[in-house]
Amino acid sequence: MNIPKLIPVGDPAAETFTINLGPQHPATHGVLRVKLEMDGEFIVNAQPVPGYIHRMHEKMGENRTYAQYLPNTSRIDYLSAMTYTHAFVGAVEKAAKIEVPLRAEYIRVITSELNRISSHLVGWGAWIMDLGGFTPILYAFDDREKILDLLEAITGSRLTYCYYRFGGVCDDVDQDFIDGSKAFVPYMRGRMKMYKKLVTGNIIFRKRVEGIGPISAEMCRKYGACGPVLRGSGVNYDVRKAEPYSIYNQFDFDIPVYNECDSLARYLVRMDEIEQSLRIIEQACAKIPEGPFQGKVPRVLKLPVGDTCFATECGRGRLLVRITSDGKEEAYRIRLRTPCFTNLSLFEEASQGMMLADAISLMASLDLVIPDIDR
Amino acid sequence: MIARILELITFLLTNEPYRSVIYLLCIIGFALANAAYLVWVERKGAGRFQRRPGPTESGWAGLLQPPADGIKLLAKQLMAPPGGDKILYWAAPLMVLAPPLVCLLAIPFGNNILARDLNIGLLMVFSFGSINVMALMLGGWASRNKYAIISAARVVSQNVAYEIPMLLVVITMIMVTGTLNLQEIIVQQGGGFWNWNILRGIWDFSSGGWGHIGGNILAPITFIIFYICMLAETNRAPFDMAEAESELVAGAFTEYGGMGFGVFFMAEYANIVVGCALATLLFLGGWQSGLGSGFGTLLTSWGIIGSLVGVGFFFAKMYFLIFSVVWVRWTFPRTQFYGLLNLSWKILIPLSLLTLLLTSVTLKLPRLF
Repeated sequence: MNIPKLIPVGDPAAETFTINLGPQHPATHGVLRVKLEMDGEFIVNAQPVPGYIHRMHEKMGENRTYAQYLPNTSRIDYLSAMTYTHAFVGAVEKAAKIEVPLRAEYIRVITSELNRISSHLVGWGAWIMDLGGFTPILYAFDDREKILDLLEAITGSRLTYCYYRFGGVCDDVDQDFIDGSKAFVPYMRGRMKMYKKLVTGNIIFRKRVEGIGPISAEMCRKYGACGPVLRGSGVNYDVRKAEPYSIYNQFDFDIPVYNECDSLARYLVRMDEIEQSLRIIEQACAKIPEGPFQGKVPRVLKLPVGDTCFATECGRGRLLVRITSDGKEEAYRIRLRTPCFTNLSLFEEASQGMMLADAISLMASLDLVIPDIDR
Repeated sequence: MIARILELITFLLTNEPYRSVIYLLCIIGFALANAAYLVWVERKGAGRFQRRPGPTESGWAGLLQPPADGIKLLAKQLMAPPGGDKILYWAAPLMVLAPPLVCLLAIPFGNNILARDLNIGLLMVFSFGSINVMALMLGGWASRNKYAIISAARVVSQNVAYEIPMLLVVITMIMVTGTLNLQEIIVQQGGGFWNWNILRGIWDFSSGGWGHIGGNILAPITFIIFYICMLAETNRAPFDMAEAESELVAGAFTEYGGMGFGVFFMAEYANIVVGCALATLLFLGGWQSGLGSGFGTLLTSWGIIGSLVGVGFFFAKMYFLIFSVVWVRWTFPRTQFYGLLNLSWKILIPLSLLTLLLTSVTLKLPRLF
């Protein structure tokens, strides 16, 4: 009989073994591979190995015109496509000094916030599923369906929206969409109460997230973590407040920050963010002005020579688009600084010495979208 | 005519060897039908909890889904992973399905409806019930898969941890009932539902009058401990460490395919049936109707029909418990592995020791109340 070789040959004292978490594994939600060096149930070292779904999105930007590259941006983090196209559109508008009509900015804010809620809902459901609770994700998808229906009516797509255009949006929204968004706010608030009863207060869930996976503000700075991960570590940084883009400075909303640094803090940040997004949608729907939805854009779009950066707050954190232009129709270089990549990079340090089940909880709390890591 | 048929049934059920053969076939059929259709119940129930219809395609309301799944699994090639131990690998599914079948032999489903009236029925059920662990461990070990081995290690420590409070709870119940004979345990719980062990422990009316303080005043807690331990022993959520899928892919079953996997799956449900049947007969009065002693006497006077009505009561209680097991699975997330052990060693074992102690004291107290 062959005895499985669990003990590496090299160091007889180190009774560790390696297991592959992925590239095909139920907990990674995509083709992410994490090489786990395990000592029994404890993780000695966890090395993420990205690259299995690399599609050269940045390189593609060098060969396409800006308008042609626009759909690419919605396929990077497929769960928050709106904010991703917003970042790219915003960068181009900033460089080409294109004016955006106010109505278009309102439409962008409403759709972006709806998109953020749907993104958080998926993250929430998938997290509980990673912890072994299968029901919440279907409740979350049920609510997300409402958002997708709303957005489908105006954008024509359900996931990888390419709705924003340079200088505005693709098409105007009708009164049905505004009414639907208004009606969604109280509906979602009612559902949030149910979520709190079903999951947030559940003792098993609390045990699995409270005090689990501490990520200090120091570690966040070291690895450049952002989004709910950063705000769960007590750092009040949200692009919408820190460097307001679009018309976010006209709305009254709070940035939820928790100082506990554990998975529960990150969970609560996301739950509170859904509520804050609802507040923004409520205000935007009440104030949205009439007017044009598309500004004037040159027929052949060439950006002036130089660098332009534009950051947006997407569901998972700060997305920065940097366009380097040499005056041609295509960019010289496009660089995407995506939140999931930096959030994943701290996993190696944060997961050391944790037990396998807790590391899964930690990884779920980072809310990773794998195509966003590899781009 | 009906009288003749009843006479025949009574004859067959009281005379060897017909009796044994009939019971054996019935129990195998019962276990397999349960294993198949509890999967359906689970999927349909999960569907309802999750606001979706569940299986609908094959047969009315998806009722043909279990046979369809069975045929699919049977049609698959049997493959053992290279480098693993083939004998142990294939022995594991057999070892996991056989013990619950044996356990069912000793369980009385109705008045005198049981395959073997053993004086040590409870002991037999528990000794066979423990084999399950070894099968999972062998399956994990022989798979030659790291996930499976981690899972096997988890299963062993989990089952050791939960066997202890479960047995302590059962000892408490034995002290109250004074017998290991399952039939007798149920007979003692005759009369109203307040005579069931879960309530009789608190206040005992069975001796007539205003009654007196029962043997185990913490009986409802005992029942909850038993229920939790049963979930853990059958590796059900929230204690499904054996196949914690978001951590260990499919745990001990990762390398199993086809009917090898199917047998593990069926055994899980067979074990749930045994566990819930035990909970029913230890705490919830087994086949007793709980409608008062008058109704009990009436049922007894009906002979075989009365016994069959009793079987109905037994199944009603048992399937309610099984449904609650499904309910729990689709509501709660999984516990951590160490959380699971902490729960057993730090809460359940002290608690069950306490009930044991209290019970022995109250039993020896003179009947003051």
